[in-house]
Parts: sequence; C-alpha cells; structure tokens
Amino acid sequence: MMEEVKEVTPTLSVHAHNIKVTEVLKEGDTLTFLIVSQKLSGTGEYHVDRTYDDFEWLQQHLFSQEDVPGIQGVIFPPLPAKAQVNASAKVMKQLGFLGLEEWQPYCKALENFVQQIAAHSILCKNKALEIFLTSPDPPGRQRVRKNIFNRLSQAVVEMRKESHKDVDEFFQTERDHNLVLTGCTKTATERFLDVVLTEQKIAVACGHFSAALHLCVEQGEDPDKQAFSKACVKLSEVFNSMKKNMTSVAENNVNTLGVGLDLESRYQEAEKEMLFRRTCKLVELETARRNAEKAKPVKKAAMEEVKKVAETEFDHICGVAKQEIAQFHGVRVKMLQQALVQWCEKQLLTAKENADQFDQHLQAFRGMA
Amino acid sequence: MAASSDRSPPPFPAAEESAAAPSDMPDGDSDEGEDIFVSNSNPVAVSRGVSQPDLFSEEEEASSTPAKSNGVHSDEDNDLFAEAHVELSTDKPGSSDRKELSSSSGLRPASSFTQSPAAMQPTSLEQLEEDEAKDSFDVDVAVTNPEKVGDGMNAYVAYKVSTRTSLPMFRSKAFTVRRRYSDFLGLYEKLSVKQSLLGCIIPPPPEKSVVGMTKVKVGMDDPSSVEFVERRRAALERYLQRVVSHPSLLQDPDVREFLEREELPRAVSTQALSGAGFLKMINKASDAVNKMTIKMNESDTWFEDKFQEVENEEQQLRKLHALVDSLVNHRKELCGNTAVFAKSMAMLGNSEDNTALSRALSQLAEVEDKMEQLHQEQAASDFFIFEELLADYIRLLGAMRGCFDQRIRAWQRWQEAQSTLQKKREAEAKLLWANKPDKLQQAKEEITEWEARVTQYERDFDRVGMTVRKEVLRFEKEKAKDFKSQIIKYLEAMLQSQQRLIKFWEAFLPEAKAIA
Repeated sequence: MMEEVKEVTPTLSVHAHNIKVTEVLKEGDTLTFLIVSQKLSGTGEYHVDRTYDDFEWLQQHLFSQEDVPGIQGVIFPPLPAKAQVNASAKVMKQLGFLGLEEWQPYCKALENFVQQIAAHSILCKNKALEIFLTSPDPPGRQRVRKNIFNRLSQAVVEMRKESHKDVDEFFQTERDHNLVLTGCTKTATERFLDVVLTEQKIAVACGHFSAALHLCVEQGEDPDKQAFSKACVKLSEVFNSMKKNMTSVAENNVNTLGVGLDLESRYQEAEKEMLFRRTCKLVELETARRNAEKAKPVKKAAMEEVKKVAETEFDHICGVAKQEIAQFHGVRVKMLQQALVQWCEKQLLTAKENADQFDQHLQAFRGMA
Repeated sequence: MAASSDRSPPPFPAAEESAAAPSDMPDGDSDEGEDIFVSNSNPVAVSRGVSQPDLFSEEEEASSTPAKSNGVHSDEDNDLFAEAHVELSTDKPGSSDRKELSSSSGLRPASSFTQSPAAMQPTSLEQLEEDEAKDSFDVDVAVTNPEKVGDGMNAYVAYKVSTRTSLPMFRSKAFTVRRRYSDFLGLYEKLSVKQSLLGCIIPPPPEKSVVGMTKVKVGMDDPSSVEFVERRRAALERYLQRVVSHPSLLQDPDVREFLEREELPRAVSTQALSGAGFLKMINKASDAVNKMTIKMNESDTWFEDKFQEVENEEQQLRKLHALVDSLVNHRKELCGNTAVFAKSMAMLGNSEDNTALSRALSQLAEVEDKMEQLHQEQAASDFFIFEELLADYIRLLGAMRGCFDQRIRAWQRWQEAQSTLQKKREAEAKLLWANKPDKLQQAKEEITEWEARVTQYERDFDRVGMTVRKEVLRFEKEKAKDFKSQIIKYLEAMLQSQQRLIKFWEAFLPEAKAIA
C-alpha cells in the first residue's frame, strides 16, 4: 500500500520517450513482459519483468491520487485489456488487433501506456511509476483500495448523468464530438479487424492450394506430361508467393493502421471517461449550489463550505481538462498521421515487391517450353 | 483444346459483358490473335474437308498392316478367344446400353462427309504425334449476349453464338445464330450417340442447374443471377471452342448445323442429362462395363496404366477444385469486408474536425473502395481462370474414362461375335451329321454373315484403340497448353492488379503526409 508522502516532488529517473517493452515470455498461463528503460544519469539501463497485474497496480495508483488537484480532469493513458495465453474467443475479440501477430502489437500498446504516463506532466510524478520501472521486485500484487474511478466507471446508475447538459459550450461541443468519434472509431477498428482476419484466411488458402499443386507432379518422360508437371510446380511457387504477400499485407495492416486505430479508439474512450467524471462533478456542484441555496440558516454555513469545495474542485478539473483536451487533439492527429503514413509506405513497398514477384513468375512461365 | 476467352474475366457481378465484336473474338491459340483469320493459307487445315482420296488410301494401308498401336494382334485372335471366358449371360447390360446410345452397331457418322475419325489414323505412334502438330485453328466461336426471352417459368436465356471461319465447308465466313442452353445439351447428346464406340473424347457442356435457372427466370438483375448467367455463358463458350477445335467433331454435320442453322428444332431428350449431370451418366456406363462377365484380357498395359492415371488425376483435380473454391469464397468475403470498412472510414472522416485528417480519412475510404473493386476482380480471376478450368478438366477426364469404356465395349462386342460364330459353326456341324440340307444352307449363310461381323468388329476394336490413344495424346497436349496459357493469363491479370494497387498507394501517400 502506497503512502501518500508529501515530499519533494519525485522525478522519474529514466527517460520517458525510449521506455521499451522488449520481450514477452509465456510462463504457464501468464505472460511476462520485459521492460527496459534508460537511466537519466549515466549510461545504465533498468531491466524489469512485469505481468499484467503489475500494470494494473500502476494504473490503480495513478487513479488514486486524490490529493492532486484536478486529477479527475486528466485523460488517463488507457491500459489494454488483459492478455491471456490460450485466450477465449471473447477475450480475443475484445483485444482485437492487440491479440494478433504473436503479441507484438500488445507489447507496443503496453509500451505506449508506460511512455505516455512517463511523459505526462502530472502523472510522471507518481512514485508508483518509478517503482514500476526500476524496482527489481514486482511491485506487489495486492488490490489497491477502491477509488473514485472504479466506482464511476462501473456504476450504471451514474450513466444517466452522461447526457447532463453542460454549462460550458467548449465542453458541450467536446462531449458531443467525442461521443460521435468514439462510436465511429470503434466501428472502423472492428471492421478493419474483419478485413485483416479475412486476409489471413486467404493466405492460408493460398498455402493449401500451393501444397496440393505440388502433389500434382506426374511421372513419365512424356513431354506433355512433363510440361504439365512443370507448370504445376511453378504455379505452386506462385501461390506460395501469394501466401507470403497476403501475410505481409495483413501484417502491415495490423502493425500500422490497426494498432493506430486501436489506440485512437481506446484514447477516445479515455477522454470520454474524463469528460464523464467532469460532468459528474458538475452535477455534484449544481446539487451543492442548490443545497446551499435551500439550506436552513442552521446548515447554511456548512452547505456553503461544501459548495465552495465543489466549486474549487470543479474549477481545477476544468483547468486540467482543457489542457488535456488541447494536448490530446494535437497528439492524436500526429499519431494518426504517423500510422497512416507508415501504413501507406509499408503497403506500397509490399505491393511493389509483389508486382516484381508476379513479373518474375510471368517471365518464367512465358519462357517455359 | 481452346483456352477460355481472351477477354479479361468478368468481375462479380458481371457488368454488361458486351458482345464481342468480330475483331475481339478470342481464338484457341491465344498468342495469335486475329491474324489467323486474315491470312489463312494453310493447306493442311483446308484439306481436312477436301482431300478424300488421300484418306482412303491411308485407310487401305491401315487395314493391310497389322495395327501396332494396341496389343491385340490379329494372329493372336484365336489364343485370346480360347482363353476368354465364354459364359455369356443372356441379359447383356452392354447391349442395352448400346441400344440407348446408338441405333445399331458399326454406325458411322452421317454420310455427308466421308471420312470417319478412324480413317485418318496413321499407322504409327510417331505419325500420330506429327498429325497433332499440324493441327491449326481456323474456326473460332464466341458465345455472348445472354438475353432473357419470355416471362415467368417458361422464360429462358438465349445466347448469341458467333462463328468466324475460313473453312469452305461452312456457308459463309462469319455468321451468328441464337441458341439456348438446351440446344447445347442437344448437341452433346447427338455427338455422344454418334461417337460412342469410336473412342473420341467429347467435351461435356456445363451441368443443368434448377436452382440457378429458377432465379434467372424470376429476374436477371440480382448479383447471383448475373453471376450464374455469366458463368454459364463462359462455360458454354469453352465447350463450343473445345468441340470445334477437335478435328473429328468439327466434321460432324450436327456441329455445323448447330453453328449455322437459323432455327434449330427444340432438343427434347435432354432430360437424361439433368440432375447430377454427365459424370453420373458416364459412371453408370462404367458400371455396366464392369458388370460384364467377359473381362478384357488386356495385353497392352498402356491402356490399363493410362486409365489408372486418369483416375488419379481426376482425384487430384477435384481436390484442387475444392481448394480454389475455398479461396474464391474468402476473396468474396474480403470484398464485403473491405466495402463495409470503407464506409466506416468515410463516416469517421466526416466526423473528424481536423480538416487535413478528415480529408485523408475520406481519401482512405476511396482507396478502400477501389481495393474492393480489385478484390472482386481477383476473385473473378481465381474463379474463371482456375476454378472453372479445373471443373472443365474434371468433366473431360470423366469423358475420357468414357472412351476407355467404349474400347472395352468394342472388345466385348467382338468377343461376343466370335463366340456366336463358334456356336453357328457347331450348329452347322450338327446339321451336317443330321443331314438336313435345307437348314444347312441357312446355317452356312449365317456363318458367312457372322464371319464378316467378327472381322468388322475386330477392325472396329483396333480403330477405337487407336482413336483412344490419339485422343489421349491430344488431350494431354491440349491440357498442358491450356493450363499454361491460363496460368499466364492469371499472372498477367494479377500483375495488372498489383500495378493498379501501387498507383492507389502512391496517390494516397501525399494525402497522408499532408496531415499537419
């Protein structure tokens, strides 16, 4: 259990931008991730191994910083869902792109999670991060006490507040916009995943056809039979190339746009949660105001005090939220641009390689007797 | 055997596959294009229909020298006969089969042309192969413009059958008729009847499909109907191309009539060719052969080996066909997925308020739409170039098995005649003993008749054997050529597809980079 110690604001002792999740190991049913970070001073490195529970521990600590003013206005870097060895179909569906390509995209997502925390002006100050990245022992697996975040994200009755009208046009617009974007992005991500899964099926089908063609080789010195056999063998090679190409196309899709859309989708959800927290605070504030107004003289002072606290908290949250939103807008566009450019460049390269392959095969066939 | 159309395989659902203008018409040897029609000075091809004297002299040669190409020599006849199992069952499945398919034994194709395919047999295998090399192709057919005629359940689809030819046996150089599917079936049936016991591989047309046609009768507009009609049109075209590229079948007047005659009498007996189709029919005939009590004593292992090869190959092709079918289905699935994804990206682009990003996302949606088109074309390529090719060859191998059976039936007919002759001789001997001069005369006449038959059937058997050999050689050559040309066509289509894809990506890249 972490003590909230008021001391000199701790700074992270490693660079934020090059924290890497370098490996993933399967140990029985659990996945263990190796995290490497570079020391700020000197040339040393920290190597630690962490499981998903450790990541959750970190996240919970970030959520529980109730003394940090306006903490609820922070758009928390989203932690992906738990990855499992031999995951069920439901879990795989939830993971989406992150469940593919031997957990490589998943590692990248975890890496991004930690990097974003380390780069965040408020969050990087949390001691939990330092322990997470540098302590040789796993930070501990006890459940951190429930905090306001857990409560809010699970309470169904709170959902009614989601559509509560805002007092600030900026935030109302942002909320409306976020609602639309969250939906669209989620849909687009799911549809793209369907595309990738079908591409993988095509790759497998090409492989099967290639293998079967190889079995069609006929015996005998008859020149026509030999010609036919040769054609089958060469066609088998063609379909093998096609299998490799499809596999690359699918891989490119996952590693660039897929992962990008996934991250965008999860970040939109994170923003949604932040906006919701703020809305809840707004409701709380409006309630406090009403109470203060209606309060009988005996209670009036106390209600006023509650109102004042609520107002301060709300102002802090709005301040932080505005900053977060502005930064978020910039970061997400950059991130998507990067994803799109990488995607296009990789697919272009793969397409050119594939065209060359087809050309070679074509020449070979034309040259055949 | 003609490869399928040179036109790029149509996409699903087929856009209007407009009628091939004569200048667009495909030809069997895909490298040559239309030139073949411009300068036709190949004397050999023309001689097919004309130089009869040569062929007659060839025939005389053939009958005087013992046939070398099969193992049954005339001097071995007696031995064979002695070894053959003489118990003939009175119920001859073979003969009833024969009744179905031919009106009498030894039936020749109609007399308006003189040579039978067997008459063209050179005496050695080498010459067989040489003959094939001289085959050039100067008849070309195309099947286009499917149109629905009539309404409701009596509606049918009529196709335009266009022929371009330089052969004098046709009335003109280019002509067009309209035919419906049952006409094609009728042609096949006529050819099967005539050519049975002659050993030719008769290309089978596409199977009937009640489900497919019912949908078409109701309306030709939905994608699956369009696809069905296009698939059938292409299959009918390949069928005709194979028929006209077969030197013997081309000579058949029914083929000519099919291509030339304005109105064709409605083919009514195509009921037999419904249901599971032709392979079922061939398999039935096969079973009938196997049930016969005289088993052929095969002294030429060539036929046994070949038959086994044919069966193996058919198995392999079926496997391949199933795999391609699976691939085609996945590609179609990808089309659907891509279209849906494109829409979702368009929506995302519309909701985005960063203008550069919004623009890029909309462009992405357009790229994905174009890729959907590419996927459609790839699926069509896979289908029309490979899946249908494999299906055609599976049918053709079935037809080839039929030829082998025809040879066995010819042998059996010969054997039966020999045993009948023996019986007649025994009867004569008895009559001699019993001293009945009037019946004796009749017996002697019958013996003469049956002696002639035995000779005839033996000749037939030899001829069928040679035809089957020739057909098998021809088939293998055409198969190698066909597959190779189809593969090249496929690769060309794939290459083109990739190059268009490259252009799409190259166009999108600056859009992606422009996002500030």
